[in-house]
Amino acid sequence: MNENAQAVFNRPQLFGEAVTHYCPGCAHGIIHRMVAEVLEELGIEGRTVGIAPVGCAVLIYNYIQTDFIEALHGRAPAFATGLKRVSPDLIVFTYQGDGDLASIGTNEIIHAANRGEKFTTIFVNNAIYGMTGGQMAPTTMPGQITATSPHGRNVKECGYPIRIAELLSSLRTPAYIERVAVYNPQNIVRAKRAIRKAFQYQIEGRCFSLVEVLSTCPTNWGMTPQESLKWQETTMLPYYPLGCFKTPEGEVKE
Amino acid sequence: MSRILMKGNEAIAEAAIRAGAVYYFAYPITPQSEVGEYMSRRLPEVGGVFVQAESEVAVGNMLMGAVASGKRAFTSSSSPGISLMQEAISTMAAARLPVVLINIMRGGPGIGGILPSQADYFQSTKGGGHGDYRVLVLAPSTLQESVDLTMLAFHLADKYCNPTMVVADGMIGQMMEPVQFPEDYKEEPLPPKDWATTGCRGRAPRIIKSLFLDPAMLETNNVMLAEKYKLMKQNEVRFEAYKINPQNRILLVAYGTMARICQTVIDELAEENISIGLLRPITLFPFPGKEIFAEAVKPNIKAVLTVEMSMGQMVEDVEAAVQGRKPVEFYGRTGGIVPTPEEVRDYILKILAKKTPAVKSWKG
Amino acid sequence: MPGVIIDKGYCKGCELCVKSCPQQILSMSKEITNRGYFSAQLHDPSRCIGCRICALVCPDGAITVVSHGQRYELYDY
Repeated sequence: MNENAQAVFNRPQLFGEAVTHYCPGCAHGIIHRMVAEVLEELGIEGRTVGIAPVGCAVLIYNYIQTDFIEALHGRAPAFATGLKRVSPDLIVFTYQGDGDLASIGTNEIIHAANRGEKFTTIFVNNAIYGMTGGQMAPTTMPGQITATSPHGRNVKECGYPIRIAELLSSLRTPAYIERVAVYNPQNIVRAKRAIRKAFQYQIEGRCFSLVEVLSTCPTNWGMTPQESLKWQETTMLPYYPLGCFKTPEGEVKE
Repeated sequence: MSRILMKGNEAIAEAAIRAGAVYYFAYPITPQSEVGEYMSRRLPEVGGVFVQAESEVAVGNMLMGAVASGKRAFTSSSSPGISLMQEAISTMAAARLPVVLINIMRGGPGIGGILPSQADYFQSTKGGGHGDYRVLVLAPSTLQESVDLTMLAFHLADKYCNPTMVVADGMIGQMMEPVQFPEDYKEEPLPPKDWATTGCRGRAPRIIKSLFLDPAMLETNNVMLAEKYKLMKQNEVRFEAYKINPQNRILLVAYGTMARICQTVIDELAEENISIGLLRPITLFPFPGKEIFAEAVKPNIKAVLTVEMSMGQMVEDVEAAVQGRKPVEFYGRTGGIVPTPEEVRDYILKILAKKTPAVKSWKG
Repeated sequence: MPGVIIDKGYCKGCELCVKSCPQQILSMSKEITNRGYFSAQLHDPSRCIGCRICALVCPDGAITVVSHGQRYELYDY
């Protein structure tokens, strides 16, 4: 590279220097980078406090260089509620997986959203429990084989996967709720746009904001990283439609 | 400052505000719901925040979020609610978060009842959650003391960066007594909260956590916490000696509401010149074990009688403290039934009537 | 001439960049990095258009994209 080479894409500074512990091809890395980019671009990293989940992403605080608090499993929205209520000038976000938010933590996320707590949630849905070794999650797809659904998720026994974005957008309290994906560059661009929008609503003190990001788990899905993105597109996408489900501007239908 | 006739629950709430704790997260549960009701009226007046959470599980975690930014925050609940917070309390201890919790104890186990009890002694002092940790536990017996100890709890919580609990019971929470709030409340200087997550502009990021995947790091955390508990045992033991003198023939050990009833019994028996002394633990952790031993071994003491509103929990600590040097007896009622002075008096007389038995465990 | 720099310290050989490069000029090198992965490499810098797609899909922030003057502006990220 000669001297007038000029970088048009850099690893964001806020992403830190550590090599992540995530498996090769795990989309957590992409989502972490986007959150770091958005915080930097909005210039709010100095007053942001992240709430880490229990799950693969618990170690997010080794990567994103803001203040962090480690929440108990599923309780990040309660941590965020307490923090944001007493220190409203902080930008507070929770970063949670589907085991954390859609299983043990549904009560916390539903009530935080319903109270209209002014923090942002990045909800990473990869249809499985990653850290504990690939067990079935509430978001696991029908027929999907996991460590605890060896013959494929049987909807007659375990019911259907929970659609968090739709569930939360049925609440009457104004909020910003969007579902995005990362299975190709085009969707990554859209995902980052949604994440930025969520943090902007928080900066304005406007409403609760949640972005559900369809993600992957190559290791526990038993696929290569590339196949995982394909599976996300072909299997998860039809069941988890992308799009904006709710914005505070949208009039709230009775 | 004039004295105000207040209900225990409300006096505790006002005391917290006077200690600068204007952030309150709670869930309704008898017999302490008035704390929340009072706070929902009062906190907006003082620029505070009142949040009624969706469950006590959420309460415990909201408290950690609030305290993490260096603010004083607390909750009040009652026995089953405090059980739901145990994972959070263990985490507060591990992550060194100075949270204050008020437990207005009610009859257990299970859903139990709504009347007074002291059956959460083990849970509070031995740790109802997982792992090696301790909570500072303060036990008031009057409403004025509830006010004083609630305010003290915030100071001790900050001083040790440790969850601190005030355990009263349904009687204290529900009854009314005149109380006084200190005019200009001064506290000794406290260490700066340089661990608080307030946004890392101009400094390195801070992480409040309790996960240590490296066993050596987790052990280090445990050892450092244990140092703290040793300090608490050295510096924070509080108790009251009531009519303890060389004529005492029995040493009573009781706290909270039970101690008040024992004082009545002591006064009545004194008129029949039967001298009985009471050692009233004010801190349940750290427990005044040495002080109990020092009184129990005195030659004039025939036996130590522990009186509780439970099936016998503190009595185990009393027995450990007395180290078998004197017989340790127990009398208690549960279910929300509060022992009457007559019952305690009869039991004392029964002990005095026995010829000095060989020391055997109170469990018979 | 735009180009990419792949940091072997971060690359875990997940191949996502290789598969998504519109110019198909990325491939897996045979050389093992000190972290034990085959890292991605740019085998034909002359055809790189600086579109940043490889960097977008990289989960490990291993890719820096550089350009000399002209910029590929079909999308903003």
